Amino acid sequence: MMDFLNGLVAFLNFVAIPATAYGAQLALGALGVTLIYGILRFSNFAHGDTMAFGTMAVILVTWGLQALGVGLGPIPTALLALPLGILITIGLVLLTDRMVYRFYRRQKVTPVLLVIVSMGVMFVYNGLTRFILGPDDQNFDDGTRFLISARDFRNMTGLDEGLAIRTSQAITVVAAVLVVAVLFWFLNRTRTGKSMRAFSDNEDLALLSGISPERVVAITWIIVAALACVAGTLYGLDKSYKPFTYFQLLLPIFAAAIVGGLGSPIGAIAGGFVIAYSEVMITYAWKKVLEYWLPERLEPDSLVQLLSTDYKFAVSFAILVIVLLFRPTGLFQGKAV
Amino acid sequence: MRNVLLFAAVGFLIVLTGLTQSWNVALGIFNMGLVSAIMALGVNMQWGYAGLFNVGVMGFVALGGLAAVLVGMPPVGEAWTAGGARVIGGLLVGAGVIVAAVIAFTRMGKGATRTAAMIVILVVGFFLFRSVFDPGVQAIEDVNSALEGYLGGLGLPILIAWPVGGLLAAGAAWAIGKTALGLRSDYLAIATLGIAEIVIAVLKNEDWMSRGVKNVIGLPRPVPYEVDLQQNPGFVEQMAAIGADPVTASSVVVKLGYAALFIVVLGIVLWLAQAALASPWGRMMRAIRDNEVAAEAMGKDVTRRHLQIFILGSAVCGIAGAMMTTLDGQLTPASYQPLRFTFLVWVMVIVGGSGNNWGAVLGGFLIWFLWVQVEPLGLWLMSTISSGLPEGSMLRDRLLESAAHMRLFTMGLVLLLVLRFAPRGLIPER
Repeated sequence: MMDFLNGLVAFLNFVAIPATAYGAQLALGALGVTLIYGILRFSNFAHGDTMAFGTMAVILVTWGLQALGVGLGPIPTALLALPLGILITIGLVLLTDRMVYRFYRRQKVTPVLLVIVSMGVMFVYNGLTRFILGPDDQNFDDGTRFLISARDFRNMTGLDEGLAIRTSQAITVVAAVLVVAVLFWFLNRTRTGKSMRAFSDNEDLALLSGISPERVVAITWIIVAALACVAGTLYGLDKSYKPFTYFQLLLPIFAAAIVGGLGSPIGAIAGGFVIAYSEVMITYAWKKVLEYWLPERLEPDSLVQLLSTDYKFAVSFAILVIVLLFRPTGLFQGKAV
Repeated sequence: MRNVLLFAAVGFLIVLTGLTQSWNVALGIFNMGLVSAIMALGVNMQWGYAGLFNVGVMGFVALGGLAAVLVGMPPVGEAWTAGGARVIGGLLVGAGVIVAAVIAFTRMGKGATRTAAMIVILVVGFFLFRSVFDPGVQAIEDVNSALEGYLGGLGLPILIAWPVGGLLAAGAAWAIGKTALGLRSDYLAIATLGIAEIVIAVLKNEDWMSRGVKNVIGLPRPVPYEVDLQQNPGFVEQMAAIGADPVTASSVVVKLGYAALFIVVLGIVLWLAQAALASPWGRMMRAIRDNEVAAEAMGKDVTRRHLQIFILGSAVCGIAGAMMTTLDGQLTPASYQPLRFTFLVWVMVIVGGSGNNWGAVLGGFLIWFLWVQVEPLGLWLMSTISSGLPEGSMLRDRLLESAAHMRLFTMGLVLLLVLRFAPRGLIPER
């Protein structure tokens, strides 16, 4: 029994908790991608760099607050800086839409051209971020590191295995739940949200019923900017902030959005967790957990790690390929075929 | 006439570099310009002829680089005896498992039994593969790991690696095209983005094959070494006769040698591409691009044609990748960055003029020139701006430091401006 509990705690500590936090971050990222896809009908390659830019804005505001001596005690100052960071990101994204995307929207160009345009935007954002903050690692988490540390947990329960919950992980999950709840309330209950869904379902019909397309597009960008900024900041708090890693997040984020079904918000969340759990479970060395759970003679002598962590992209990719082969519309019947 | 002028302008820029900076820098830009032009031709086939959106150029280029190692490097006999058989056996087991799974999928009827059988085959097969493969890898990597620790290559002349690089890239393109073509266009983009990251991850981590991040250095060359030229009395005499410093002259001559080889390859690829574009096949491709539904109604197998051109274009990128690694003389997996190898090539194609092969070549040269020269230009710009600021002030340091990151910003801006104001590029499609 003790063995089982120890194994369970090790599983929670090394697999479930990190994967849940990562999944929440991916879900928020994928929501942004899927909303753009639903309303503006293209895959936004600049999304990763929008996240990087938003996080950079938050970091700069955090530094400002720290210089003023404002803080939240055990909670990272970044949360206080988040609203202003979101506003800055919204400003950038709306400016981009005004200067770049609107022109193409009026011309009704093919979606793939918009993807190429978003590639140009990606370059510019990436350049901006590097220009302002530089390409190096930034650590801006100044809160307490642990909600429960492994040692406290061991003392509390008397188990051999410790369970550590980092503050950033707890904040990630709480923030993600809040953001998603507000988003779904907005999409399903408010008039504007409903007009957005109508626009996504059938553009012509929505136009006939008097929905202003420019307004819907602007609101979409605002929501997407807020989501990107929050997702980026949470990821940066939890892992570390390096502009380049945000570009690499593009693949798991797109995989999550496609696995869930492009254009489907609920699918994006499910997809985020599917991708995160598979990545962590396939790249985790199971030896420790299995030692507790299996009878002694079956105990493995290798690490029981299916793939090295360097191949975590391969996992998102493999899932993506499986979904593309067997169910191209995704788990939740997105609109894309 | 306008096109000739455009090429002359780019040529002038490179010559100007030679006059103001040095001929070595100018030739370096020219050689990479040639390689970039070939990459741009490959992407132009996919995008310009067929409208396929491939953002995995980096992966195909890196596969070409791997070919240079696998063909050009001498084999490491000790490593082969230590674990060669096991690794090959492991790979065969892996291939067998996949074949078995595919057979099970096609032969068995739909239902839970088939799913279960597939899962069992794949899971058991995976562990079988690892149990054969892993010890072999370990044995190989233990062989003199500071210098070797990999299987080496075939020890053949490195020029053979160029077509082989194309074949490797074509193989990867076949696998990815089979999966993602026929679905919507964005999916191909995501799939190619993924395969590129995976190719790089494999190169970085499979030390038995590519030495991973330890890099393979000292690839054999198709041209003589500078040192040999400098010690060749005949060469020194000749150079002295025209009044050139033998050390500088030797590196210029080596670069000219590469340039000659690259020009031959570029010439062949360009000629083939032009001939293909002008043939009935080229017209069919453009017809498919412009209206898939109509082309399908005329009895064209759109997905098959797309697969064909996707493989061809990727193979060209693979050839360019092998050439680039040959030029560098080393394979450094960590240096493959998507912004540099995928997206920059796209900027070349769009700026040059998608659908026009000459445009792709021009874009390759022009954008590569800008990529190299924007940094010194940015530094100059920044020091001019900040010259009014006091020495050692924060802002001044920051501005000077950030000049290094001007490149991406400039490239993005160039791409957006061209897309907006000259969407057909410098040399539009006819």
